[in-house]
Amino acid sequence: MPNKTFFWFFLPTGLAMILFIGLPIISTGIQSFYAQHDQVVKEVKKCDPFGCTVSIVVDQEKTSKIREEKPLGKFNGFGTYVDRNHLAIEEIGKFWNETNSFGEFVDQVTNLPFYKALIFTLTYCLFVTPNVLLLGFIIALSLNAVTRRIRGPLIFGTILPMIVTPLVGSLVLFWMIDAEGIIGASLQMLMDDPYLSLKSSKTLTWITIIIYGIWHHSPFAFVVFYAALQTVPQEPVEAAIIDGASRWQRVRHIVLPHIYPVVTFVALISLMDNFRVFEPIIGFSAEGSAQSLSWLIYDNLVNEEVILFGSAAATSMMTIVGIAILLAPVLIRTWKEFRTAR
Amino acid sequence: MRETNMKKILISLLFLLFGTSVYADCNIKSGSINILANDFPALRTFVETAKGCKGSADFKVTHSSEHNKIAVPALTANPSEFSARIAANSSIVPLMNQDLIRPLDDLVKKYGKGIQDSQLITIDGKIMAVAFMANTQHLYYREDVLKELGIAIPKTYEEVVAASEKIRASGKMQYPYAAAYKAGWNLAEEFVNMYIGHGGEFFKAGTAQPSINNAKGVATLNMLKKLAGLSNPDYLTHDSEAIKVEWESGNVALMTLWASRSGTLLDDDGDAKITAATKLTGPATVAGGNIPAATLWWDGFTLAKNRSDADAEATFRALAHAAANKKMVADAADQAVWLIEGFKPGPKSIGVIEAVKMKAKPYPMLPQMGLMHGALGSEIVEFLQGKESAEQALKDVEAAYMSKAKEQGFL
Repeated sequence: MPNKTFFWFFLPTGLAMILFIGLPIISTGIQSFYAQHDQVVKEVKKCDPFGCTVSIVVDQEKTSKIREEKPLGKFNGFGTYVDRNHLAIEEIGKFWNETNSFGEFVDQVTNLPFYKALIFTLTYCLFVTPNVLLLGFIIALSLNAVTRRIRGPLIFGTILPMIVTPLVGSLVLFWMIDAEGIIGASLQMLMDDPYLSLKSSKTLTWITIIIYGIWHHSPFAFVVFYAALQTVPQEPVEAAIIDGASRWQRVRHIVLPHIYPVVTFVALISLMDNFRVFEPIIGFSAEGSAQSLSWLIYDNLVNEEVILFGSAAATSMMTIVGIAILLAPVLIRTWKEFRTAR
Repeated sequence: MRETNMKKILISLLFLLFGTSVYADCNIKSGSINILANDFPALRTFVETAKGCKGSADFKVTHSSEHNKIAVPALTANPSEFSARIAANSSIVPLMNQDLIRPLDDLVKKYGKGIQDSQLITIDGKIMAVAFMANTQHLYYREDVLKELGIAIPKTYEEVVAASEKIRASGKMQYPYAAAYKAGWNLAEEFVNMYIGHGGEFFKAGTAQPSINNAKGVATLNMLKKLAGLSNPDYLTHDSEAIKVEWESGNVALMTLWASRSGTLLDDDGDAKITAATKLTGPATVAGGNIPAATLWWDGFTLAKNRSDADAEATFRALAHAAANKKMVADAADQAVWLIEGFKPGPKSIGVIEAVKMKAKPYPMLPQMGLMHGALGSEIVEFLQGKESAEQALKDVEAAYMSKAKEQGFL
């Protein structure tokens, strides 16, 4: 496609992207550099049905004046980014000086909310993405080999996890792994441990969420791989069969190289999706054991009675940076291939 | 079958006729009313009663358990989406912080006939809300189980622990105790209750500096951990609804739960034997203290500031009608502990009445309390899981709170 045609073709999409994605990101970025004004409080008498007490309230007259002058709040620079609930630069420096061993230092750092969330998010990405690719590919290969008559219903059954709303899917599993649910109770019987609970142990919760993630995302990889498999030319495959290549050799040397660009695409999308893991944490009520970066944003926006816009914005920006870093190797590689191809 | 249907239709017809004739005296001629409220039976009754006197005003209501998330953005808009918000001790604070609700003095003077002085929430001499019901968390127990094992009704959390251990040892129940320990708001609420029971203060007097990392804080955490050990191992995922289900399945003999939930525990649904043996008592004390390890809550209505005076007036008249309604209080006596004149407490109100008698403290109505509550909800989890010490957990809470409070300008 000539560049000019492509430009006009892309223009509407591009405009919509700037309007609905670009501008909100810029606004979030600006917001992340601001904190609330210093609250002016005063002592007052408060009375309710249970009696009167002397207590403090925000002095509205004084506060509203400051707010009108600077509605965005107090400029805070990277203050929110480096505070204890985010990158915690100061705290990490302190831990480094105060702790005696490296293990202790790591313990202290991973106790900080941002790093705790980052570690879960990365663990989730690193376990779910390759497994999704692998499982999706295996299912696509197997279904491709099945006789055409039953392929339709089988495909439908396979993509079911993707059709089910993530929250509903995780809730179903959540009830099954309950100490009195079918999986939870069976595990207790099998292990002969009545105190075994998938939900109270951190490790088991992580494993559950990761398995759920693989279950939920594999159909996507499967659908794309299955479509790609339909485009594999039959001649080289037949030639390979005549040459006596085994099934594995055919897959390794003909099929995989052919669908390689698609694998890159699925890997990219999966990584992005997995880095934003959120629904299973809510669905499994796993806030206690597993927090992700997206969950931190949600927590700042809704779990407090006071909404922490600055905190949420800072975490959002860092999530975007995190995704960019994760995708960088794949993107660079694709770019290089694109250049050599030309 | 048909007869009962006819009966129903007749009754509702009669109710309609009766209703309009009773409420005709409200006589609101204009304005539009839009209410945001939490979703539980007593609040539905309250708003329905208010609706009965809407006159020719436009009337809308949103009942949602997500009310906290909607309230501030909706009331910040000008004009505000809602003309009134049914709030509680804790949820009125963000509205006050952002200056989103209006003083009600004039309206109370003009239309507040029948509202008792004790219902008025005054802050700095101005009436900011009108309360109509009270709530608290208190103990529920299974009379049959306690009797069979010869256990007296526990009055302190130490006795709750001893009783639960005895029940577990008897082999009757594996996890005899339950409370809403779900990580987040619920768990933090349990900490707040227990810490107040220990006589603790959350902040250094007159400042927003946290002060929970002390002996009382440690004792609070240790007691919570003991109780958690006697609960279903999934306790960190259990909210009020989940432990209600545990109770109704007969897995639990002692429980700390909201008074406003007693109605659903004592209704005709579920196992009649369990329902009959479900008894209520006051909140427990802890560590030899006099005041209960519980907080008192009120629910009341507030009016949005960013809304026309005409709408505010119409809304106030409708809600005030409900907030001083002896008939509603008599009809719905078992739905809540009403603060309205004419309320005769029934067996379902024992918990709150006892809590008030024992001089329970109200939930702290401080501008920065929400941030402390949020920090508690996530930072004490690892202590309960046995992954860190009580001191470390409390240190984490204070540190998490300080960062948030700095961002919000409180420190």
